[in-house]
Amino acid sequence: MTAIKKTDLLIAGVGGQGTLLTGKIIAAAAQEEGYDVKTSETHGMAQRGGSVVIHVRIADRVCAPLVPKGEADFLLAFEKLEALRFLPWLSPEGMVVVNCQEIKPLPVLIGVSTYPEGVAGRLRARSRRVIPVDAAQMEPVRRHPRTANVLLLGILARQLGLPQESWRRAISRSLPPHHHRINQEAFDAGWSFQPARQ
Amino acid sequence: MTSSTTKLMSGNEAIARGAYEAGVIVGTAYPGTPSTEILEQLSRFPGLRAHWAPNEKVALEVGIGASLAGARVLVAMKHVGVNVAADPLMTLSYTGVGGGLLLVSADDPGMHSSQNEQDNRHYARLAKIPLLEPSDSQEARDFVIAGLELSERFDTPVLLRTTTRISHSRSLVKTGVRNEIDRKGFQKDPAKYVMIPGYARRRRPLVEKRLAGLRREAERSPLNRTEGEGTARGFICSGITYQYVKEALPGERILKLGFSYPLPEKMIRDFAATVKEIIVVEELDPFLEEQIRALLPGVPVTGKQLFPAIGELSVNLIRRGTAGEGSVASGDPPETTELPARPPLLCPGCPHRGVFYVLRKLKLTVPGDIGCYTLGALPPLKALHTCICMGSGIGIAVGMERADPAAAASTVAVIGDSTFFHSGITPLVDLVYSGSRTTVLILDNRTTAMTGHQDHPGTGVTLQGATRPPIDIEALCRAVGVRRVFTADPLQLRELESLIKKELTAGEPSVIIAQRPCVLLGRTPSAPLRIDAQKCRDCGLCLALGCPALSRFGDCASIDPLLCNGCGLCSQVCRHGAIGATIPEEGDSN
Ligand SMILES: Cc1ncc(C[n+]2csc(CCOP(=O)(O)OP(=O)(O)O)c2C)c(N)n1
Repeated sequence: MTAIKKTDLLIAGVGGQGTLLTGKIIAAAAQEEGYDVKTSETHGMAQRGGSVVIHVRIADRVCAPLVPKGEADFLLAFEKLEALRFLPWLSPEGMVVVNCQEIKPLPVLIGVSTYPEGVAGRLRARSRRVIPVDAAQMEPVRRHPRTANVLLLGILARQLGLPQESWRRAISRSLPPHHHRINQEAFDAGWSFQPARQ
Repeated sequence: MTSSTTKLMSGNEAIARGAYEAGVIVGTAYPGTPSTEILEQLSRFPGLRAHWAPNEKVALEVGIGASLAGARVLVAMKHVGVNVAADPLMTLSYTGVGGGLLLVSADDPGMHSSQNEQDNRHYARLAKIPLLEPSDSQEARDFVIAGLELSERFDTPVLLRTTTRISHSRSLVKTGVRNEIDRKGFQKDPAKYVMIPGYARRRRPLVEKRLAGLRREAERSPLNRTEGEGTARGFICSGITYQYVKEALPGERILKLGFSYPLPEKMIRDFAATVKEIIVVEELDPFLEEQIRALLPGVPVTGKQLFPAIGELSVNLIRRGTAGEGSVASGDPPETTELPARPPLLCPGCPHRGVFYVLRKLKLTVPGDIGCYTLGALPPLKALHTCICMGSGIGIAVGMERADPAAAASTVAVIGDSTFFHSGITPLVDLVYSGSRTTVLILDNRTTAMTGHQDHPGTGVTLQGATRPPIDIEALCRAVGVRRVFTADPLQLRELESLIKKELTAGEPSVIIAQRPCVLLGRTPSAPLRIDAQKCRDCGLCLALGCPALSRFGDCASIDPLLCNGCGLCSQVCRHGAIGATIPEEGDSN
């Protein structure tokens, strides 16, 4: 068992972006390494384009399945507005991996509200460690748009301190066989991603 | 052979696993968040018969039958489902069971996906039956097994209550193997199973006797235990709050109640004798607190003075409530965020959208019901005006007409297909019998979409994928006496509008079945539409459909080709002929 300390993370996205699956893979990887792990999901609304958040907690022993506000070590966001929405959960030392995608919510679509400006700046005001990623422009995702979540997971995974091999096994345990190869490719691309110097 | 393995499971999966291991052979349920996955998981195990009932009352009655026939049974529903099943439940308490019967109530503090947050622990007290409250997935599995044994030993149904955080959280579970139970078969015993007053009066004292026995059992049960140190204060927790207290205040003295009704009174008194003050930590109502206070005169007992009675608790709320800063009884302050909300939406291509567009255009009063179509209440459609509980819309429309007979000309009740089978048929009978003239729209999208696309009697497909004769809604409506029954396509706006207008003034009840399968059911989508910027006058009419694929782009509407599936509603709504089929780009082979 590799030694990582207690790790709390939030995965935020929009229904249909693979948030639930990403949570499952992280939990499976932690379990591979012998940790206690708990996740908490809100489904129900997941399919209808509502905002979705998954809490994942990894430690020798986990009690509550929810990360207390202000204590998340990582925020993985598949959409910019959702990153802002769940930013209050991040600890002052926490890291954000954020996809550059914008998905306009209904109030914006019908013109009663506007999509927030300067999201990256607002994230940086709260965290010194923000990794913005334009997943849609990265090679494996261009070919297979639905693997964006796993590519972003690869970037986060590099920070978590679990061995690459556990992730490989977690991916094959969590996905149907015909999806293994493309998702593993996306994960690897994330794992070897070099964030631009800021 | 030992084959204990450890798996990461949601509370719902763990409940199904426990039922399988305990030798359950019959499972019934009606879907409802956060309970739905229990039966879906259960149906995957061999040796079990699991099926969706049309509603929770029928689910429990089928469960009772199976139990009387000697089978171990699991019946699952969301909290409000227990209201529907409450009638058989109250008397089942008197008759007792045959094979063990466990009723799972999945409560939803915080109303993540419910119309209320009622605390169903009260049902255990009302029915005088044992209540079990697991605090994680392992306990969810273990308590199902313990509950079924308890049910048989004490001849009682058992209520297992989860909350969203138990049902939809994953944690590690050690599993075991299935324990096949010999089924005894139905024993005819009218004095036990025929609850006429004479027999019911004889059963009644047995219920009290059983409750006393259960109380003694609760004292001994390994589901109740104390832990931690300290003499200043002792915490009493049940369900998820145990995990919150352990995290917020590690090492504190805790009495953890897994078997939380009837209360282990002696255990609580003994616990109280070791500390100066008792703090009861429970979500929603002061269910334990009030009983415990009555049990411990002279002992300081707090609970709801420190923690909110509304919504979920959390580690932070426990920290704040016990920090001596006074009450946090109002809960977490509502998120003051200037961020645009992201509510769930009717999907692009959703057949419900056409219906609500027309209802809004006609400015009708629309008593509604529960399902995806309840989203028709939100802007910009805003065309659904009541939602109380499943099946309520038709009755409410009848009532509006009783109060004001002229209302029938401007009122349409809407109800989904699954909801119609759940509890819409009886009010339709009332509509006819009361001489009402109101029009009913059945939104038949061929599935129970809201809860994740379960089949129902109208599709005739079972949980295992077998086919049964699908119920013909049109024929059913005629059979209860509605003469004017029509089926229409909700995506043909003009036809739908003229049909609704005609039926509003028909002078007798009408049913319009707006029929088109849910767009998520895997139909191949049509090509996306596009907007001709030259013709678009930016009038915003198409945006009033509230379609996620449509937005304003500069001074013109625009369609996101990745979201649009070509349902064609916007092109019907556009008065300037600006919306049409995509012109294939050069070199585009599809
Ligand atoms: C008594 C009760 N049981 C279950 C639910 C959960 N629930 C809400 S709507 C719904 C059914 C929706 O199906 P349908 O009427 O076909 O509408 P659709 O979502 O397909 O539009 C269910 C099961 C509930 N709210 N109340």
